[in-house]
Amino acid sequence: MRRYSVFAVAREAMRAHKGWEAQWTSPEPRSSYDVIIVGAGGHGLGAAYYLAKEHGITNVAVIEKGWLGGGNTGRNTTIIRSNYLYEESMDIYEHSLKLWEGLSQDLNYNVMYSPRGVMMLSHNTHDMQSFKRHINANRLYGIDNEWLTPEQAKAYVPPLDIAKTARYPINGAALQRRGGTARHDAVAWGYARAASDRGVHIIQNCEVTGIRRGPNGEVLGVETSKGFIGAQKIGVSAAGHSSVVMEMAGVRVPLHSTPLQALVSEPLKPIFPCVVMSNTVHAYISQSDKGELVIGAGTDQYNSYSQTGGLQIITHTLDAICELFPIFRRVKMMRQWGGITDNTPDRSPIQGVTPVPGLFVNCGWGTGGFKATPGSANLFAHLIAKGEPHRLAAGLTLDRFRTGRLIDEAAAAAVAH
Amino acid sequence: MLLIHCPYCEEDRSELEFRWAGEAHIARPENIAAISDEEFAEYFFLRNNEKGLTYERWRHIHGCGRFFNAARDTVSDRFLTTYKAGMPKQLLPETGASEKTVETYEATEGDAR
Repeated sequence: MRRYSVFAVAREAMRAHKGWEAQWTSPEPRSSYDVIIVGAGGHGLGAAYYLAKEHGITNVAVIEKGWLGGGNTGRNTTIIRSNYLYEESMDIYEHSLKLWEGLSQDLNYNVMYSPRGVMMLSHNTHDMQSFKRHINANRLYGIDNEWLTPEQAKAYVPPLDIAKTARYPINGAALQRRGGTARHDAVAWGYARAASDRGVHIIQNCEVTGIRRGPNGEVLGVETSKGFIGAQKIGVSAAGHSSVVMEMAGVRVPLHSTPLQALVSEPLKPIFPCVVMSNTVHAYISQSDKGELVIGAGTDQYNSYSQTGGLQIITHTLDAICELFPIFRRVKMMRQWGGITDNTPDRSPIQGVTPVPGLFVNCGWGTGGFKATPGSANLFAHLIAKGEPHRLAAGLTLDRFRTGRLIDEAAAAAVAH
Repeated sequence: MLLIHCPYCEEDRSELEFRWAGEAHIARPENIAAISDEEFAEYFFLRNNEKGLTYERWRHIHGCGRFFNAARDTVSDRFLTTYKAGMPKQLLPETGASEKTVETYEATEGDAR
């Protein structure tokens, strides 16, 4: 792999950009691998990369039914933060945030991580108490998070309407300055390039249709649209389709798959300096480096795999955006899309062993999986390599729904996640 | 937005009037204090989450207020049938997951009745 650098750009500029090489290879599958990962999103590709880099396991394939990064990795609103309430959540999201900080250098790929700050608006006394509890929990745990008055919030985000007569008045805000955004496609591409360079096979347009098991129940490999591929270990990281894939091995997981929508506006000049979320009126918004306002809407109420969603969900969010930021009322929206999120009953992810020997699962990231990409991938690789979870992910087991030891971020984080 | 037929009101109404209420035909164990943790997790948390034909409950919360059951394709979001609570599961042939989604137009909403 030729490294990217300012010298590479200068060299290619001198020769009409004819020297760039393909970022990853697309080999035919081998008959078997040490590890197969189902799903080439950020989490799956990242896990393959860390398996090769940190655990020396390079005989790995990542199998993807569509195209690389075409699922939720390419469909989210790219928000990164780690200000969760419970220690199990703070552990994994803060691990992830620390990896984000060095990810571009690690991968030699500009993932455009931008710690521009994530602000969560408080609209009432309940919000204020809840956010201050989060802030205190975060700071005691060594994670930055701070309380802003409405005036301080306005100074940080000038388009914000803090008038007392506003439809949704603001009585303060929580700000995590290290939070921000990254370029979602670049994360998938960067991991794919770095993993491919270390010998990982990335097999796109290859749908897993079954999981073959041996006489003792252990996994033998996967049936795919390109035939049977053997594997000693299988890691399922298939987001909204995780329960479909796990069902192939006879494992039921407590997931609801629902559409989650996002939309972007026409490009504007730089006007919006950070990410703003409002859980109470359900809106979140940031501005991409291309200039589009990136707006996240809510999930539909019913199970669906349609990768679309109801129009009323979007209009509900835009109603709130227009009230919070009156300056955006006449901005035109350009594109809208949906992704399928896999939601657990406690809104915390599942990462761990399964009752099937050799089968590991990483799912349930719901509406907030992008921010966790490097951390989740890193710990999933550890799980697959060692056969048991890393300390930082020890609470995320599938078994918690039997023991009752839930991580109830559903109550802690309300809707936006 | 979905257009849903309430079997009690016998009308097709907008999804805004309804609240989704999870998988249908799940029986609460009668001896709930005696069942094992595995059985409780199965009853309380594990759901089919089908891709394709699914049976689910809806509640006409801003209408008659009553719960009913529906059979729906989770890929196209098309309702195959709705029926009153307490009726047995309406067995339908598995349609197979189709990747095509259904567009809803105002025109079809107008003459859906």
